[in-house]
Amino acid sequence: MRDPATIRLLPDGHRLHLNDGPIDLIIEANGERGAIRAAYEAAARRFVTILDELCAELPLLRRRATPCSLQPRGPIARIMAGAVAPYCERQFVTPMAAVAGAVAEAMLDEMSRATELDRAYVNNGGDIAFHLSPGYCYTLGMIERPDLPRLIGSVEISASSPVRGAATSGWRGRSFSLGIADAVTVLGATAAQADAAATIIANAVDLPGHPAVTRVAANEVAPDSDLGAIAVTRNVGSLAGHEIEKALKNGVKVAEELRARKLIHSAALCLQSHVRVVADRPVGARFCKDGFKEPRATARGDHTVSGRSFYHA
Amino acid sequence: MTDAFPPDTVRCDACPVLCYIKRGQAGACDRYANDEGQLVRVDPHILLDRAKSQGTPLVPFLERDSPWNGPLLAPRETFVTAIGAGTTYPDYKPAPFIVSSEVEGVDMVTVVTEGIFSYCGVKLKIDTDRHLGPERNLVRVEGEPVGHVTTAEYGSQMLSIGGVHHLTGGTKSEGRVTCETLLDLCNGKEVALTIDGGATIAVAAGLPPTVNGQREQRMRVGCGSATIGMFAKQWFGKVDEVVVVDDHITGVLSEHQAGKMLGLRETGIVIDGRRSTPGRYFQVARPGTGWGGTDISDPLSILKAFKPKLAWPGLRLLMVSTTGENFAFYELDEALRPREKELPTTLQESVERIRENCEPALTTVLFMAGAGGSLRAGVTENPVKLTNSVKQSLTRVTSGGAPAYIWPGGGITFMVDVSRMPENAFGYVPTPAIVAPIEFTLKKSDYASLGGHMDSIRPLEEVLREKERRRQVGSSPQNPWPLRPPSRGSQE
Repeated sequence: MRDPATIRLLPDGHRLHLNDGPIDLIIEANGERGAIRAAYEAAARRFVTILDELCAELPLLRRRATPCSLQPRGPIARIMAGAVAPYCERQFVTPMAAVAGAVAEAMLDEMSRATELDRAYVNNGGDIAFHLSPGYCYTLGMIERPDLPRLIGSVEISASSPVRGAATSGWRGRSFSLGIADAVTVLGATAAQADAAATIIANAVDLPGHPAVTRVAANEVAPDSDLGAIAVTRNVGSLAGHEIEKALKNGVKVAEELRARKLIHSAALCLQSHVRVVADRPVGARFCKDGFKEPRATARGDHTVSGRSFYHA
Repeated sequence: MTDAFPPDTVRCDACPVLCYIKRGQAGACDRYANDEGQLVRVDPHILLDRAKSQGTPLVPFLERDSPWNGPLLAPRETFVTAIGAGTTYPDYKPAPFIVSSEVEGVDMVTVVTEGIFSYCGVKLKIDTDRHLGPERNLVRVEGEPVGHVTTAEYGSQMLSIGGVHHLTGGTKSEGRVTCETLLDLCNGKEVALTIDGGATIAVAAGLPPTVNGQREQRMRVGCGSATIGMFAKQWFGKVDEVVVVDDHITGVLSEHQAGKMLGLRETGIVIDGRRSTPGRYFQVARPGTGWGGTDISDPLSILKAFKPKLAWPGLRLLMVSTTGENFAFYELDEALRPREKELPTTLQESVERIRENCEPALTTVLFMAGAGGSLRAGVTENPVKLTNSVKQSLTRVTSGGAPAYIWPGGGITFMVDVSRMPENAFGYVPTPAIVAPIEFTLKKSDYASLGGHMDSIRPLEEVLREKERRRQVGSSPQNPWPLRPPSRGSQE
């Protein structure tokens, strides 16, 4: 029995909720009334074909990416493959690492090509693509643990910044992580790039062989996981302060390298209430550690998103 | 293929990802899980909560992420709606929720499912006397035909929107636009409709309609002439002349049959309009937003000079609109010219009475659909028995907890007032077709005798224990509680 896709406005009458199988999107566009409608219509039209498009190539997308991998055919699958390509030589990664960000990006692209919008976002379970016209901005709230939603900081993204994507990865998320980070939030030029990078950095926040970390082969939990028998983190016990710092340092090293390679704009790494930020001098986007400012109720209204759930480590 | 995995792994076929899900785990979507080897859906699913119904409007009571420590209410006070329940479509299998509960000492069963309806539409009743368009003309959204103008009712214009021919019988675009229009109307959103050779209107369930950019306020109690007839006795002796200003028929008391019956004296009033029958005038002004749907703001503009032979100084004249929203009182001076005076208290009551009798103009949306074979098969192994049981009123049909009217005759064709349902109760599938909730409530013994899926019945307490991903909302206070045991032969 195939469940139908859900296409509805949320009770607030502004945000669009799209759901099809594991894809769950919250979308909001700001602009002229007619433009919003046109954007939502374009989103809904594109949405209903996405899951089939991805599933048609699922075996390929679940396979390890290599420099000589077959190029997938679907437009979203190509974005996924492109986003993981910078990592595939040195480590195990599949295009699925960027699926959520790629879907968000493709949907946003469809909307902004359909009409003129002031600003818009597509939030795919915490992996978010933004559109910002000059003068507009978004403020994102960051959450360390999806099971205990509490804002640990905020980040402001203005139109002048190169950031158009944000993604979060961690072992508590909906999909698997090889590392022990509660959450790694990454800002990048695109949502797919941020998604892939968040996965890579979260994997690196780790203490190999530590007894407090429970690891299980991915296919023990999900028989068809793209990670096969690779050990994924299922639980992290309480760690000592110096252990936390060590694990974060491992992640920061990778994040710094990705920033130097211009694969990410900035990143915030969270582990057991310790936060490390990797960022350039603020260029229109900055992480505000601790102390989340009250959202301003303006016409360009700020909003909060949670970094919950990803489809893959 | 399942051979490669442990025997208690299930393969979910709810979407093309086709996840293999191990016991105790959820699929990639977090909506389907393997519960003891069974594929179960763990989505938010709406429950009606009777204790919240005491005058509270329908508002979300518990969002899915809020903490909720077990049921706060006696289980029998909760009714499981079909909103978000999932469907049986297109397979023959039991409805997603078949819930038993004891009510007033009677074992009851509620079969809960979402129906996917191709044969469905809405009937719009739009309270306005304005001409929206000729009967049978097409109603369009974004240029696509989505319905037509049907027979007008007293004080209201009627539109029929949707239906299988627009949903699936026309072009792809016609189907898509029709589906979106239905969904918006059913979920209480405002929709702009244009009628061939007629008006452009904006309507939303439970709100006043907007016709050609003008928002309707009140339904008039009747035309100007009818208003004269209704209130003549109340005016008699308190005033010498009354003019009820109306875009359709303006009434004049002294010339009207009702005034003649009361023996009213001629006043020499002269109306600037086309006289129809005594005391009734057409076209006193043009349609507009002024008095009684005309374009006038000064009522004296529809009067010519009084005839000197008949009028007299001190003659008392009341001018009022059909809704009582506008009124003015005059006395003729020595030159027989009307001079405005304060409305005497003796007349205030009659103006007030006109206003009271004008109900607020609303748009009402009734969703109408027919429950097809696979939906009925999800309820019982012998679908015709369900139809018969519904016809005999042994089975109560509700939609999101709101009572449904069942059309007589064959099949289960029902109508429901969407404003009595919880918000966003409707969805759609790209077929295109509308997804609407439907619940069948009947005595457990009757359910057994009509071949119900007895093995699939779960006690209400068990459904409530799955507290995750349920949303509780107050039941609409105007709805009868859906779980009352039905009594034979009674119709809702």
